[in-house]
Amino acid sequence: MTTTASDTLDVSGTPGIPFSRLFRVELRKSADTRAGRWLIGVTIGLCLLAEVIFLIVAATHDDAEASFGDFVAVSAFVSSVLLPVLGIMLVTSEWSQRTAMTTFALEPRRMRIVLAKMLAGMALTLFVIVFALVVGFVCNVLLGAFRPQGSDWTFGFTGFLGFLITQTFAMLGGFALASLLLNTPAAIVVFFAYKWVLPVLLFWGSALMDWFDHLRPWIDFQAAQGELYDLPMTGSQWGHLVVSGIIWLVIPLAIGLWRIRRAEVK
Amino acid sequence: MIKVEGLTRAYGSFIAVDDISFECRPGTVTGFLGPNGAGKTTTMRVMVGLTPPTRGDVTIGGLHYQDIPNPGRHVGVLLDASAQHAGRSGREVLEIGARTMGLSSQRVDEMLALVSLDARESKRRVRNYSLGMRQRLGIAHALLGEPTVLILDEPANGLDPAGIRWMRGLLKGYADQGGTVLLSSHLLHEVEQIADEMILIGNGKIVARGTRDELLRSATRGETTTLVTALDNHQLAEALSGKGYEVHQAGDGLRVTAEPVDVGRVAAEKQIVLTDLRAGHEGGLEDLFLELTADTQRDILPNEVSA
Repeated sequence: MTTTASDTLDVSGTPGIPFSRLFRVELRKSADTRAGRWLIGVTIGLCLLAEVIFLIVAATHDDAEASFGDFVAVSAFVSSVLLPVLGIMLVTSEWSQRTAMTTFALEPRRMRIVLAKMLAGMALTLFVIVFALVVGFVCNVLLGAFRPQGSDWTFGFTGFLGFLITQTFAMLGGFALASLLLNTPAAIVVFFAYKWVLPVLLFWGSALMDWFDHLRPWIDFQAAQGELYDLPMTGSQWGHLVVSGIIWLVIPLAIGLWRIRRAEVK
Repeated sequence: MIKVEGLTRAYGSFIAVDDISFECRPGTVTGFLGPNGAGKTTTMRVMVGLTPPTRGDVTIGGLHYQDIPNPGRHVGVLLDASAQHAGRSGREVLEIGARTMGLSSQRVDEMLALVSLDARESKRRVRNYSLGMRQRLGIAHALLGEPTVLILDEPANGLDPAGIRWMRGLLKGYADQGGTVLLSSHLLHEVEQIADEMILIGNGKIVARGTRDELLRSATRGETTTLVTALDNHQLAEALSGKGYEVHQAGDGLRVTAEPVDVGRVAAEKQIVLTDLRAGHEGGLEDLFLELTADTQRDILPNEVSA
C-alpha cells in the first residue's frame, strides 16, 4: 500500500490558540469597523466638549467649585453612557454581521471567545478611565492657569473606586443583554431602559406601594450600586448589591452564555 | 480524511439531513451536488461544529472538529462568503484571521495576491464588494492557514467564468499536492470537470455517488446515444430510422440511440453532409441530476430536457 497521503490529521505540531491572542484579536475587532471607530470618536468628542463647557463655566465663575476629581467625573460620566454600547457590539455584531461563523470556526471552544470579548470590554473600560484621568488632569491644570486661586487637586478616591466598579458592572450588564438578545438595536435599547428607565420605574413603584418600598432595595441594582460611591458599605447594603446583582447581572449573563454555547451559528 | 457517518440533522419534524455517510479522501476533490435546500450546507456546518448533529458523527482526519487545535491551520472553511462584517476592509478580515491563527501579515499579502485582490480593493470595505470579490476573499480566508483540508460551500457562486476557471485550477492543484477538497454546488457543470468523485444529495439523502464516468454509465443505463446535425436533418432521420435506430429531434439536430460510428456510417452511405457528430451523454449527467433530485426541485420541468 502506498502512503502518499495520510488519512489522519497530524496535529502534534500545532499548539492551540493561546488566550492572549484571542484577547488581542477581540480588542482589535472592537475598533476596526466604521461603527466601532465612530463610537469611539463620538465618545471622545463628547467628553472633550463636556470638559470645555465645564472649564469655561468654572473659569468664568469665581464661586464655581471645580477640582481634579470633578473634571475626571465629567469625562467618566459622559463616556460611561456610550461605552457599554461598544461592549454590546462586540457580541451582537458577530451575529448581525454573521461573522460568528468565521470566529467560531477558527476557535470552536466558544466560551474562550466570549471570555476574550468580556475581557476586551473591561480593557476598554479601563482605557476610558485612564483617558478620563488624563483629560481631567489637563483641564485642571488649564483651570489653574485661568484662576487666581490656582488648581484644586482634591480627588475622591472612594468615589473613583465606586465608579470603576459600577462602570465594570455597566459593561457586563450590556454584555449580558447582548448575549441574551444577540441583536444590536434590541440590546442597545434594552440596555438603556435597564440602566436609566428601570430605576425610575422602581422608584415610582416604591413611592406608590408600601410593600414594594421594602422590596425595592433588593431588586434595584442601580440604586444598590449607588452605595459603592460611599464606601465602606454596611452588611445590608452589600446584601442588596449581591441580591439585585444576581437578578440583573448574573442570571441574564448565565442565560446569555448558555445561549451562545448552544446556539446554531447561522 | 473527512468521514461522515450516519449523519442526521432534524429541525423539529423537518429532516434537513437524513442518515448520510460518505468519505472524502486526501488528494481528491469531492463534489457535493444538490438543489437548493437539499442539505449540503447543513452537512458542512455540522463538519465544522457550527451545527450540532441530531445523530451520527463527523470526523476530520480522525478528530472531531472541536478537538483540532488551532483548526484554521488544518481545515480551511468557506461557508458563506457574505458572512463578513460589512464595515471591515477585505484586508482587515484576513488580518483578523491571520492573527487568530498566529500568522504574519505577510501571509495576508500572499493570499490577497493569490486571489487577485489588488491593494486598492483590499482596503475597501466588504460592503462595497461584489459577490465575486467576497467569494475571492472567502477563498483567501480559507487558504490562510495552509490547511490540508478544504470545505467550501458554493465557492463558485458569483464568480465570473474566468474566476470559475481560476478556482478550478486552484483546487485541482491543491488536491494534486495531497490536499482534501470538498466543495458543494447546485450547478453540475461547476463541479463535474473538477470533482474526482461526486455525491448527489436531494431531500437530505444521498441519491447517487461515484466518479463522473460511473454516474454517466448509470445515467444512460448502458444505452449509447449520439447527437448529430446534418445539412438535411430530415433525410438523415429517415435514413437512420430505416436502419432501425431510434431518432428524436434534439435542438437543431437529432438524438440517436446508436454509437457515433454507426451514425457516421449511415451518413456516409447516403452521402449526407454532417455538420456535427458527437457522443450524446453530455446531457445525461444533467438529466440524471435533475431526475434524482426531482422531488426537491422547486420548478416543474418540461418532460423533454433538451440536450
